[in-house]
Amino acid sequence: MKIPKDLFYTKDHEWARLEGKKAYIGITDYAQAALGDITFAGLPKKGDMLKQAEAIATVESVKAASDVYAPFSGKVTAINEDLAAHPEFINRSPYDEGYFFIMEISDESEKAKLMDAAAYEQYMEGISK
Amino acid sequence: MKLIFEKGRHGRRGYVQAKSDVPEAKPLDKRYRRHKDPCLAFVSELDVVRHYSELSRLNYSVDTNFYPLGSCTMKYNPKFTERIASLDGFAQVHPLLPQISGGGMLAQGSLEVLYDTEKLLAEITGMSAFTMQPLAGAHGELTGVMLVAAYHKASGSRRKYVIVPDSSHGTNPASAAIAGYDVIVIRTAADGYMDLEEYKRRMDGNVAAVMLTCPDTLGLFNPRIKEIADIAHKAGALMYYDGANLNAMLGKCRPGDIGFDVVHINLHKTFATPHGGGGPGAGPVGVSGKLADFLPIPRVIRRTDGTFALDYHRHKSIGYIAPFYGNFGVVLKAYAYMLLLGREGLIGAAETAVLNANYCLARLKGHYELPYGRTCMHECVFSASRQAKNGVHAIDIAKYLIDRGYHPPTIYFPLIVKEALMIEPTETESKETLDGFLDTMVEIARLAEKDPASVTQAPLHMPVKRLDETKAAREPNLRWQP
Repeated sequence: MKIPKDLFYTKDHEWARLEGKKAYIGITDYAQAALGDITFAGLPKKGDMLKQAEAIATVESVKAASDVYAPFSGKVTAINEDLAAHPEFINRSPYDEGYFFIMEISDESEKAKLMDAAAYEQYMEGISK
Repeated sequence: MKLIFEKGRHGRRGYVQAKSDVPEAKPLDKRYRRHKDPCLAFVSELDVVRHYSELSRLNYSVDTNFYPLGSCTMKYNPKFTERIASLDGFAQVHPLLPQISGGGMLAQGSLEVLYDTEKLLAEITGMSAFTMQPLAGAHGELTGVMLVAAYHKASGSRRKYVIVPDSSHGTNPASAAIAGYDVIVIRTAADGYMDLEEYKRRMDGNVAAVMLTCPDTLGLFNPRIKEIADIAHKAGALMYYDGANLNAMLGKCRPGDIGFDVVHINLHKTFATPHGGGGPGAGPVGVSGKLADFLPIPRVIRRTDGTFALDYHRHKSIGYIAPFYGNFGVVLKAYAYMLLLGREGLIGAAETAVLNANYCLARLKGHYELPYGRTCMHECVFSASRQAKNGVHAIDIAKYLIDRGYHPPTIYFPLIVKEALMIEPTETESKETLDGFLDTMVEIARLAEKDPASVTQAPLHMPVKRLDETKAAREPNLRWQP
């Protein structure tokens, strides 16, 4: 299972890649594998204001529909338009082609509530026991 | 298999139009006429009869074989209730009859059934009053949450949230959201129960209700359920009981006594009436005294002279939620079922359902991972995680069971169990039937070790082989086109 070093993670298996105030958001390799073949991603709209830890998107697979929670508070600046036609990008490339949207975060200190790669790895070990 | 459209040949007919015995009407104006012929199947009557007979043969139901679909309580629907529901006095009564002057006296039997069923369900669940109107479980949920909202509104309290555990049925958060609430999801702790500490942290004066199944979706009875109810009540929130799992505790324990304020019951689960496809269903909602004024109209009342009538004059009522009085035929069948079984019979049903589930649990626990390994209630939840290591997933096990003539258990639910297999045998199955199914499950576990491909290729003996479910979901093709 891939857990890239430079990302922040939530307990609900979302990731965030910070580039200054800008953040790419998606779901982790573990999340996509657990869901199985993803058939649909319900994304927020450009301009939506998000609050950390609130449900802001949905992801559906042949097994289940799940909520996706915002890793940070802030504003959605762009969504990944490709996912509408290619939900399989989330399975194939969860950290890259399969990102969900880009946001401008409003409070960088919210990082404190997220995990870095090492902490997420440890958290995952606890789950797989 | 061919669709009926594909069986047709242009010009073939299955009917003879009677000669008109009235003067021919002027043809419709051109602009109201359709421009193209409708796309119909050109088939003979025999084609139709064979096509649908074949479909009915392919149909799988409790009447054909074992159906251990967890959380759905697919118990046998005894046939005597069909006989009662088809008695002319019930089947032919017009739903408008009790609403016309003097008509109520001609529908006393039907009104009495509604009235008595309400009383029986109130006794079984420990609630004050019931409405029979909701037409399905999820409809009952929505009605229940609307009653919660009406209650808070009447007491001048503005509340924003409904709490559900992460093991809840998806309809719970959906019903809460449709009724206008935001949903707070509480995680399941390591012991398999809702995380009580997190629950306490999230509970405050903004929470309208807590929606729970009891026993919960893992088939476990939460020993701290009373404490959960007390915490909710202290904050002014109401307790909502999702009756999906009521079959486990009939006559043993009453939601009302635990502290639940609103319950919905699935008559098509617990009270042996047909499920949706053979349905329709029914989801009566019961409430404690403080919510009774808000129940939908009409209410069935008993007058002082002993006759029954419909009462529409309830100014606090949430109003109409269904046409007429609910799925009357379903209510009638549930009523007949309760009267036939009686108190001891219903208790026996619950006991046997729990015994059967524990028999399944005991026989399979050496072969499948049991994530929350203790005595269960009416259903047991295994994980195919051991088999998944060899590439045999829950979905493969389900497909193989279809090949062997069994309806699969519920899979991938509850979401908190990886590769979940949720088995609910119900009380109406014999030991021989259970053993047949369990032997097959053991055989699958063995095959997953020795010959995984034989499982992952299933089904091989069905009219259609393994379907590409992903493609079906990504590119749905729902309509036949010429």
